[in-house]
Amino acid sequence: MKTFVYIDHFKGEVQPASWEALGLAKSFGAAIALVFGKSVDAVAKAAVEYGADEVLVADDSSLEDYRAETYASTLAALASSLNPNLILFPTTARTRELAAMSAVDLNTGVLTDLIALEANGDSFVATRPIYEGKLMEKIVCAGKPVMATIRGRAFPKPERVSGKSGTVTKVTAAGEAKSTVEGYSASESAVNLGDAGIIVSGGRGVSNNPALTPPAGMDEKQAEVWRAQQGFALVTELAKLLGGAVGASRAAVDGGYIPYAHQVGQTGKVVAPDLYIACGISGAIQHLVGMRNAKVIVAINKDADAPIFKQARYGVVGDLFQIVPALTEALKKKLGK
Amino acid sequence: MKIIACIKQVPDSEAKVKAEDGKVSWGDAPLVINPFDEYAVEGALQQKEAHNGTVTALCVGPESAKEALKHALAMGADEAVLVSDAALNDLDTVGAAKVLAAAIQKIGGADMVFFGRQTLDNGAGLTPPQTARLLGYPMLGLAGSIKVEGSAVTVERVLEEGRQIMKATLPAVLSVVQSIGEPRYPSFMGIRKASKANIPVWSLADLGISAPAAVVTRSELITPPTNTREVEMIAGETPAEIAEKLADKIIAEKVL
Ligand SMILES: Cc1cc2nc3c(=O)[nH]c(=O)nc-3n(C[C@H](O)[C@H](O)[C@H](O)COP(=O)(O)OP(=O)(O)OC[C@H]3O[C@@H](n4cnc5c(N)ncnc54)[C@H](O)[C@@H]3O)c2cc1C
Repeated sequence: MKTFVYIDHFKGEVQPASWEALGLAKSFGAAIALVFGKSVDAVAKAAVEYGADEVLVADDSSLEDYRAETYASTLAALASSLNPNLILFPTTARTRELAAMSAVDLNTGVLTDLIALEANGDSFVATRPIYEGKLMEKIVCAGKPVMATIRGRAFPKPERVSGKSGTVTKVTAAGEAKSTVEGYSASESAVNLGDAGIIVSGGRGVSNNPALTPPAGMDEKQAEVWRAQQGFALVTELAKLLGGAVGASRAAVDGGYIPYAHQVGQTGKVVAPDLYIACGISGAIQHLVGMRNAKVIVAINKDADAPIFKQARYGVVGDLFQIVPALTEALKKKLGK
Repeated sequence: MKIIACIKQVPDSEAKVKAEDGKVSWGDAPLVINPFDEYAVEGALQQKEAHNGTVTALCVGPESAKEALKHALAMGADEAVLVSDAALNDLDTVGAAKVLAAAIQKIGGADMVFFGRQTLDNGAGLTPPQTARLLGYPMLGLAGSIKVEGSAVTVERVLEEGRQIMKATLPAVLSVVQSIGEPRYPSFMGIRKASKANIPVWSLADLGISAPAAVVTRSELITPPTNTREVEMIAGETPAEIAEKLADKIIAEKVL
């Protein structure tokens, strides 16, 4: 059994689920990591340390910025010549495209967002959520290679053995780009909800603190956003203390309190952290489908009848502007931070 | 500017979806336009208005999917086409892309082909890039904003790491996310026009292709166990007391 594992990275920062894919590949047999980009030696080295039996590196200026077309052609060319049984990817914005396009070239199929994958003789049976997690399906792919993207945090991450040496082979890039990358907008910082172990989220409730007096000269909308920013500052402080990420409901995003990249739910990110703390979020179905697979859910809400409490392990009926800072203080003390 | 918006019909998000005899059942819940595709229609209409274009809504599905197309017409699309054929029962994502690409070619191509980010039912998000690959158009995925100048299109892609600004030459396939703007409500005039619209139905023979064989197939459908655990409410005299108790509970869960 030979598996390719695509190591997804952004300017050398690897999406951690890539390593989880590598661990899964090793459980089936030989794992060959693929690293594409420009000046990516450090990523190749990390792949060796995480257990890759071999690393194929396409280091080329045409691959400096991810573009679906060139990356897909490079991947398809490697798969055609080396015939892996399986190609694994972490599930990210980039890999959905990359897997989709190279599957067209290779005349095979893609199994996306998997939470389980079992070998069955020469083929594989994959498990994935559908209908927003209301159902699960088991699916199989009749094409070869089988291409599969795994959900972050659904598979164990292998140990990194630093200083380990291994075979790194240079391969060539293929294909022609159909677009140019003009740059990156700095207005939004990185938000990696997909692999966060802990998420603290804020909803419309973060703007509801009448006791706060906004600076003079603000109209009603500006005052609301200003209040929400004070609320999100409390949410962020708790997230920071726990080494977690900040999430949001759609009402908070639509209200202009926080950028869309933070949104959890049906039209945002689907997440499954170990701990999810929902502050001032009512628990609409479209929000719940994005977070109900979290291991432990804590809900803080003024309204004892809020539907979020039906999904939660622990609930507090109270004002988030009082409870959240108190919780941050209590945890700081107990964790000795 | 010729614009196509690809849409799908799905059970409403409020539907109680169950596995019944190995099939997906949503009872008598209504079928609606895929909510993500409403953003695709909205994005298409914004470009139509900015560049004096026309929007054709395109759907592959059963006869009932005409209702989803009517929603797009009511929002402001100019035309609608349904591809429907008894042989199209078990489409996988690449199969859907093959049928859509053939229909787009029969329409005569387009300057911009819009998709939603993913569907509510399958949720894979593979069909847009696969359609782009089959057509040989550049793929501009997860666009949160779009600007067209002449034949150049620039988008801001919403990625895990922030926003990436990407530029390509039309024709192009785009998938859009919520930041594009709230889908407009159908107008009264639009609803009247849509209710009278005669939507052409194309068969595979009309497209000159045979039914694509499914590469990915379902072997089992599982209803996940429901959460039966009771919530434990934490109460106390003061916020500090509540926080103290809650912190102990969280620490005991060993998730920190
Ligand atoms: C097609 C579609 C897609 C959608 N996608 C998403 C999605 O991806 N993600 C998403 O989240 N939503 C989504 N929604 C929207 C969803 O239906 C809800 O409108 C949204 O989740 C509500 O956000 P909220 O809970 O923050 O706001 P609200 O429902 O207004 O709830 C605010 C809560 O805060 C509480 N509160 C107020 N003040 C305080 C305070 N001081 N302290 C403590 N609690 C307080 C209130 O009791 C209330 O429960 C979608 C809707 C549609 C139709």
